[in-house]
Amino acid sequence: MNKIKLIIAREYLTRVKKTSFIVMTLLGPLLMAGLMIVPIWLATKDKDLQRIEVIDTTGLFIKMFDNTSELQFADGFRSIEKAKADLYEGDFTAILHIESVKKGSDVTMFYKKQPGISTIAKIERTIENVIRSAEMQRQFKVTKEQISDIQPNITVKPISIDAEGDEESKNVAIMTGIGFFAAILIYFFIFMYGIQIMRGVIEEKTSRIVEIIISSVKPFELMMGKILGIALVGLTQFLLWSILTGAIYSVIMSVFGVDASAMSQSADMMKEAGMPDISNPLQILSEGLESLPIFQIFISFLFYFIGGYLLYGALLAAIGSAVDSEADTQQFMMPITIPLIFSFVVAQTVVENPDGPMAFWLSLCPLTSPIIMMVRIPFGGVAAWELILSMILLILGFLGATWMAAKIYRTGILMYGKKVTYKELWKWLFYKG
Amino acid sequence: MDLLQVKRVYKSYAEHKALHNLSLHVKEQSIFGLLGPNGAGKTTLIRIINQITGPDKGEVFFQKEKLAPKHIAQIGYLPEERGLYKKMKVGEQALYLAQLKGMSKSEAKKKLKYWFEKFEIDGWWDKKIEELSKGMAQKIQFITTVLHEPKLLILDEPFSGFDPINTNLIKKEILELREKGSTIIFSTHNMESVEEICDDIALINKSKKILEGKVSEVKEAFKSNIFEIVFVGNMMAFSNALWTAFEILDKKQIENKIYVKIRATKSSDVNELLKIIISQVQVLSVNEITPSMNDIFIQKVQEVMPETLEEEADFE
Repeated sequence: MNKIKLIIAREYLTRVKKTSFIVMTLLGPLLMAGLMIVPIWLATKDKDLQRIEVIDTTGLFIKMFDNTSELQFADGFRSIEKAKADLYEGDFTAILHIESVKKGSDVTMFYKKQPGISTIAKIERTIENVIRSAEMQRQFKVTKEQISDIQPNITVKPISIDAEGDEESKNVAIMTGIGFFAAILIYFFIFMYGIQIMRGVIEEKTSRIVEIIISSVKPFELMMGKILGIALVGLTQFLLWSILTGAIYSVIMSVFGVDASAMSQSADMMKEAGMPDISNPLQILSEGLESLPIFQIFISFLFYFIGGYLLYGALLAAIGSAVDSEADTQQFMMPITIPLIFSFVVAQTVVENPDGPMAFWLSLCPLTSPIIMMVRIPFGGVAAWELILSMILLILGFLGATWMAAKIYRTGILMYGKKVTYKELWKWLFYKG
Repeated sequence: MDLLQVKRVYKSYAEHKALHNLSLHVKEQSIFGLLGPNGAGKTTLIRIINQITGPDKGEVFFQKEKLAPKHIAQIGYLPEERGLYKKMKVGEQALYLAQLKGMSKSEAKKKLKYWFEKFEIDGWWDKKIEELSKGMAQKIQFITTVLHEPKLLILDEPFSGFDPINTNLIKKEILELREKGSTIIFSTHNMESVEEICDDIALINKSKKILEGKVSEVKEAFKSNIFEIVFVGNMMAFSNALWTAFEILDKKQIENKIYVKIRATKSSDVNELLKIIISQVQVLSVNEITPSMNDIFIQKVQEVMPETLEEEADFE
């Protein structure tokens, strides 16, 4: 047991001390913070002001367009030709020409500054509303005031009721987000650090130090030491990343003065563009989080994060031991990467139907459960027995994979210059000690 | 007393028989030569002693105890195909390997200092292995093998990769280690070094032991009773002096010296012969022609396997 600690310590320290590890640890959060901040920063700093001259030949739209911080409308009482000729001399950045309201195609926009999708969507919606209201006045003789009284603003609030009759409201967007985020983390962790295990095994094999080491420790100890040591490297990196990302994020937020109002502005834009209302993201986030089984998510995330890594790590260690160089790993990598990539791709479908049969079966299979179950859990529809069964199967899968890997590893690390086939690997499983 | 006893060991991999009913005794404080052509089963045997793999049948005893994991700390192994972590520093690496053998960090540091000074490589502590030459790396490997002062040292081709100066240095160390009480199993194809340093040998071929014993006894058993006599004088007088107990195998004359090779039979005595011929001719030298270990190796291996040596087996 002491020796396995030594191996873990070596695997951990040599990797953590590497320049590449330090660089990645520092750069990672900068990239992540950048990904979070740049869009918001762009939204606030680059005030994309459009001054639009409205040339309305129908007379329906005078003073109908509301100004916002990005859009200013002015009614132009002149011919379209004149307005077009003036466009490059004047202050306006675009001309909205409403010729007739019978056909949508008769509304044109001439611009020198490209309007965004949300601008066009807003204009379209305003025009539609005006037309609708005009038609209602004409056909049903309702007054303008009556119409403006009817301004429904509906959001659907999904509430689940369990067998005991307890109700719980849920925010699908947040559940999806958290599920995906967890799945992505697990996916990358398995890939990045699983491959490191394989490389480490190949390195020991090709440098021929392995024979010296396994004359002191059991091959199984060496393999497990490597898998666990690299797991700690990964956990360290993720921990540092989340701390640093948080720190950088808050520093940049305060330095650049990106505050909550800016966020709600960008939320407005999204609303205009027909996206879900997130005008108060913090409130919604906290409401959404309250409705989530946070403790369950956290515990199962840790479990599937580590369980999935150990399962795939053992298989990748076995591959590393069976080949002489990384170039030879291709044929054995396929069957291991396919379930991983498959579950990542299928996660999109699982989100649509988190309690469907595909989600159910894939969240039981140990090769796919680390990702699929994590996508399902935030939705809360996973029964306790399902979760326990899936975890037991993952543990069994891990034990089985480790047993198999240990057998292959033991034979493989001392085998040189032989092109190994699947048939060969199968035979190694049954060699006696 | 035997330090190591290998009793009726069998080991096979799939269709390949690696060891067949193999028994050996290695005496304490001796240097034991484990010889055999490539693929004979030497490495398999060494791996069994190192507990890297286990025998299918048979037993191994270490100081009269059945070989068990606790013996690992008392064995030092220098494999033929050996390497170190290329990116790791020399000192760190040596400490790591020593700790894996069960030494404490402080103890390992102290011993490493002693050996680094002895080999005059103090300045290498913070160098990475990839910065060293092959010979330099071999020295580090030798040190890490002997550092924990194992009772049993297994050296597989320890001289490969060394220049003659370092070969002598290592040879000296091996002999010194034996004086200090270590027992050494020495596997090599270099028969010259076997004659030089081994006390006993075993020759393994095609998974079976075909020869064993003290080096001097083996050579004695293989001597063919051939003598070369160089003299000045009359060949006829020399021939007449020989009676039927001797057979002339070869003769040649260079200037006035005559070189004759004769084979003695059991009943013959070279001393008696000399007594007679010494009055007839002027004897310049008498030499017994003994076979070298190299000759014995080739002769024994080809007896069993007259066809050309088989390709190296997978489990090298």
